[in-house]
Amino acid sequence: MTDASHAALSTGAAIHDGAAVRVAVNSGTTSIAAGREASVPPEPSGERRRLVDRRWFRILGGALIPLALLALWQWVSTSGLVPLSQLPSPEMVWLAAVDLAQRGVLGLYVAISTQRVFIGFAFGAAAGLALGAIVGLSRLADVLLAPTLGGIRAVPSLAWVPLLILWFGIGEDSKVILIAIGAFFPVYTIVSAALRHVDRQLIEAGRAFGLHGLALFATVQLPAVVPSVLSALRLALAQAWLFLVAAELIASSMGLGFLLLDSGQNGRIDRIFLAIILLALLGKLTDSVVALIERWAIRRWA
Amino acid sequence: MTAASVSFRAVGRAFDTNAGRRQVLRDVDLEVAAGEIVAILGPSGCGKSTLLRIAGGLDHASAGVVSVDGTAVVPFDPRSAVGFQEPRLLPWRTVAGNVALGLPRGTSKTAGRDKVARLIELVGLADFAGHRPREISGGMAQRTSLARALARNPGVLLLDEPFGALDALTRLKMQDLLLDVHAAAPTTVLLVTHDVDEALQLADRVVLLGSDGEAPGADIRQIVVVPGSRPRDRGSAELAELRGRLLDGLGIDRHGAARGIEATTTIPHYPY
Ligand SMILES: Nc1ncnc2c1ncn2[C@@H]1O[C@H](COP(=O)(O)OP(=O)(O)OP(=O)(O)O)[C@@H](O)[C@H]1O
Ligand SMILES: [Mg+2]
Repeated sequence: MTDASHAALSTGAAIHDGAAVRVAVNSGTTSIAAGREASVPPEPSGERRRLVDRRWFRILGGALIPLALLALWQWVSTSGLVPLSQLPSPEMVWLAAVDLAQRGVLGLYVAISTQRVFIGFAFGAAAGLALGAIVGLSRLADVLLAPTLGGIRAVPSLAWVPLLILWFGIGEDSKVILIAIGAFFPVYTIVSAALRHVDRQLIEAGRAFGLHGLALFATVQLPAVVPSVLSALRLALAQAWLFLVAAELIASSMGLGFLLLDSGQNGRIDRIFLAIILLALLGKLTDSVVALIERWAIRRWA
Repeated sequence: MTAASVSFRAVGRAFDTNAGRRQVLRDVDLEVAAGEIVAILGPSGCGKSTLLRIAGGLDHASAGVVSVDGTAVVPFDPRSAVGFQEPRLLPWRTVAGNVALGLPRGTSKTAGRDKVARLIELVGLADFAGHRPREISGGMAQRTSLARALARNPGVLLLDEPFGALDALTRLKMQDLLLDVHAAAPTTVLLVTHDVDEALQLADRVVLLGSDGEAPGADIRQIVVVPGSRPRDRGSAELAELRGRLLDGLGIDRHGAARGIEATTTIPHYPY
């Protein structure tokens, strides 16, 4: 079992006290808590496992509230308590999905949005890993770079949009760059903090046994931060979806963000619901994949 | 690597703390011959670990010099290996992987694997070679740490309370193990311990660190040459006498002395 590390994405200053990694990002409103403790069941042991540790119960338990919400939604929308123009029924949303799918745009929108997220995430996370490693390992780089990066991080995401459009046009580039910016900061912040807080005693032991430079990094520092890196990637992915919508809301002709904006302008509330539900599903799905990798990494490295 | 001599010349160490400068060690002069085993005793917090760290190049003296084989110690000196007071094992590596960390650079894969397996066998952890540090007990972790230091095959072996977390029986076994290893491949050993009997059992000389209560910082209060060759009879009267003298030095009333019973001195003080 790992320490009670939690990575919480929230606004504020970056602190790392060993038990908690708080990441400040320029997203403003969203707060996502990725509880590592909760995502890793304790190792199987001889004693009976508690109900909440059983896989089927976890899946069933997690689906309980969404199913209840769906039922409540169905009931409220059909009972006439709320007019259909305010709250479409689940069936209407389903029909909107089928309709869009038949026109061939639903798959396209999902694909283009996912592609933007993945490309932006890949670039942003890679840059975040590199700069996080440099700032976390070198005091000099920390002195030189950290204040500047902290300043850039403080810029709200939407503030980049006009600039990116002016510089890169309204094509894919500006969107992917915005998403990369969103994915960069969680990774940079967590990785640099985690590297700076690797157990000094272990580093000293590594040095005492003749390790330095790259060998020390590969033997002690990198393995020590693998779980943090995975948490960081998870947050970065969530952040990438967030920035996707920001990017697509402003200027685009495709994608889920565009669907949201377009439907808002045309009063198609069923499609708005559809887009929101799709964003939730896609975000949760990609997050679950990274969470699986994270679980494996924690078991392997912590 | 062959055993190396260690010399401390007027070694002092002061730390800058929030409360000002704090002298921990002062004027430590000690010559350790190649292949010798020297035990360092002293009250908790007197600077034993600090002295050992300086000898290994993990810390630096603020006065004086420490040299190994006549040349000054360099940071993280490759001629010495350290068994830390805490096990300091890499949590993501198995016991075997942690011991392998101690192998000198450039050891071939097969030679390394054999040596690691042998050492793990020696410290009695053969059944746990594949376990992670969090899956073994504190005493097992300490033995892993000892095996890691031995894997280095160093000129100077610096052991900081290597048997502190062990039960009495395992402790005796590990003491014998250390002596076996030392007999097979002589190396200079500096061993910090809290246990007077352990010091007398293992060491050629016992160094008592302590403060005189006037000047700040600890220096060498006493050096006791332990007579006889190892393994020593744990019950011998000679050792009992030395034991009493060391306990006195540590400020511990020995049995009887406190009740006014004169202890008879049968062994002259060093130097004879
Ligand atoms: N890096 C440091 N900064 C400030 N003070 C230190 C530092 N390292 C050690 N000290 C101080 O030096 C003194 C001696 O510490 P040291 O660890 O050498 O004691 P020790 O004799 O090994 O004690 P123990 O038997 O409890 O292990 C202590 O009072 C400690 O507070
Ligand atoms: Mg100590």
